[in-house]
Amino acid sequence: MIRDITLGKYYNADSPVHRLDPRTKLIITFAYLISLFIYKSPAVYICAFIFLLSATLVSKVPFKYILKGLKPVWFILIFTSLMNLFFTGGEPVFSWWRINISREGIERTGLMLSRFMLMIFGSNLMTLTTTPTRLTSALESLMKPLKVIHFPVHEIAMMMSIALRFIPILVDETNKIMKAQLSRGADFESGNIFRKVKSLVPVLVPLFISAFRRAGDLAMAMEARCYHGGEGRTQMNPLRYARRDGAAFAVFIFYIITIVFWGSLIPRITG
Amino acid sequence: MDIVEINSLTFDYIRRDEEGNVEGITTAVDDLTLSVKPGEFIAVLGHNGSGKSTMARHINAMLMPTEGNVLVKGMNTRNSEKHLDIRKCAGMVFQNPDNQIVGQLVEEDVAFGPENLGVPADEIRARVDESLKAVGMYAYRKNDPVKLSGGQKQRVSIAGVTAMHPDCIIFDEPTAMLDPAGRKDVIETAKKLNREGITIILITHYMEEVTGADRVIVMNKGKAVMEGTPKEIFSRVPELKALRLTVPQVTELAWELKQRGLDIPAGILTEAELIAAIRGNARNDG
Repeated sequence: MIRDITLGKYYNADSPVHRLDPRTKLIITFAYLISLFIYKSPAVYICAFIFLLSATLVSKVPFKYILKGLKPVWFILIFTSLMNLFFTGGEPVFSWWRINISREGIERTGLMLSRFMLMIFGSNLMTLTTTPTRLTSALESLMKPLKVIHFPVHEIAMMMSIALRFIPILVDETNKIMKAQLSRGADFESGNIFRKVKSLVPVLVPLFISAFRRAGDLAMAMEARCYHGGEGRTQMNPLRYARRDGAAFAVFIFYIITIVFWGSLIPRITG
Repeated sequence: MDIVEINSLTFDYIRRDEEGNVEGITTAVDDLTLSVKPGEFIAVLGHNGSGKSTMARHINAMLMPTEGNVLVKGMNTRNSEKHLDIRKCAGMVFQNPDNQIVGQLVEEDVAFGPENLGVPADEIRARVDESLKAVGMYAYRKNDPVKLSGGQKQRVSIAGVTAMHPDCIIFDEPTAMLDPAGRKDVIETAKKLNREGITIILITHYMEEVTGADRVIVMNKGKAVMEGTPKEIFSRVPELKALRLTVPQVTELAWELKQRGLDIPAGILTEAELIAAIRGNARNDG
C-alpha cells in the first residue's frame, strides 16, 4: 500500500522566514545554490554554512526536519564519497593492499560532501517554510516576463496547484482500488520485478479512467465558477514585497560579498 | 421578470463512432418549458436518466440547446459573450464534492470564483468570510478540504458559489454521495440561502428533500410530467410509483391508510401532519 505522501513537506510555524515573500525565498535559494557551484573553497563553504545556520535558527524549523532531506539521497552520497576517496590519485596518506587514499582524495570528498549537504539543506529550508500554494504563485509571478514570448505562465501555475490538490485524492483512490483487487485475490507482493509491475496494470487502468472522469468534472466545475484563464483574474492574497524582504536581500548580498571577497583571496582548489 | 426561462428546450446527445458518423441520438430533454420567479425554491425530481441534470446544465450555459432557448435574467445562453454574466448570476453546485474543489485550503477554494471575476483583493476577503460564515464553515477556513467530511465539502462548494453573489443557485444532486447527516446539512443550507432571497433550483431523486420547496417538477424521459406544490405532488402516490420514485414513508403510510377508508387529507408530508390527521379521525369516531 502507498503510505501518506506529503509533498512540499511544509513545516507550520510562524517565523520571519515563513513570512517572507515566497519570491524572495525562491530568488535567494536559487542564487545561494549558484554560489555553491561557483566557489569550491572551504572558507566559502563555512560562510554558506553560517548563513544557512542563522537562517535555520530564525526559521524555527527543528534541525531534524532539515536533516530528513538527506533521506532519499544518502546512498548516492556515500557511494560517490567512497568513489572519490579511493580513486583520486595523488600523494598517498594511507595504503593497504590495493587501496590508496590520497590527501587530494580526502580533500575532494570533504568538499563534495559539504557542498551537497549545503545544497540539500538550503533548498529544504525553502520548501519547509513555504506552502506549495505560495511557491506556485511565486513561480507564476517570477515567470510573468515570459508571457511576452507567449509562454503559458498562468496555465502552468494553475496546473501545478491542481496537481498538488489532487495528489492525496488519487493516492487515496489507488489504495481503494488495490484493496478492492486484493480482496478478489490479486497479488501485488510476490514474484520478480516484472511480475510486480505487470500486476499493477489492473490498478492503473481504473485509476486512469477515474482520473480522466475527475478532470472532466473539475473542468466543468471551474467553468461554472467563471474560470476563463488568467485574463482579468485577481488574487485574494496578492504577493507583496515588505520591508523584511529588503532585509533578507540585504543579508544575502552581505553573504555574497563575503564569499566573493574570500573566494578571490584564497586560491581555488581545482578538482 | 422571470429569473430563468426555459422555452421548449430540446437537447440531443449524439453518439458518434470513430469516424464521426452519427451512431445514435438520445433525446435527454424533450420540449421542456419552465419559468422560475426570483426567490422561488424549485425542486426537480426524477429517476436516473430523466434528463434533470441535462436540463440543469443548460441554465448555467454549460450545454447549448439543440432546439429552444434558455434565458437567464433575460440573457440568452446561446450568446457566448454573455456566458460569464450568466454563470455569475446562476451558480452551480455539483454532485461529487471532491471534484469541484479547486483550492488547497478551504478559503482559497471559496476565493476561486471571485478571483475569476476580477474582484479586488479586500473585497474577496470580505466575501469569503461572509460566505463561509453563512454555510457554517468559517472555523475550517484554514483546513485542507481533503480532510473534511462529504457534507462539509459540499458546504464549502456552496460557499464558493455564494461568494460570487449569484441570484440563483442550481444544485445538481448535491446530496447523492453524502450520508444522511451531510444530506440534512446541505438541504438546510439551501433553505437558509433561499430565505435570504436567493433563487434555488434543487435537482434530486430523494423525495424527502423536496418537501420544503415552493414548487416541484417531476421529470421523466426528458419531459416535465408533473408540476405543483409538494402537497399536490405527494397526493399522487400511484403516479409517482409508476415513475419509479420512492415516496417518503409518511406520505406512503398516509396514502395507504386513506385507501383503507380513513379520512386523511391527501399529500401528507410530515409525521406531525399524519399524527394530527389520525387524531382527528379518532375524535370523529368517538
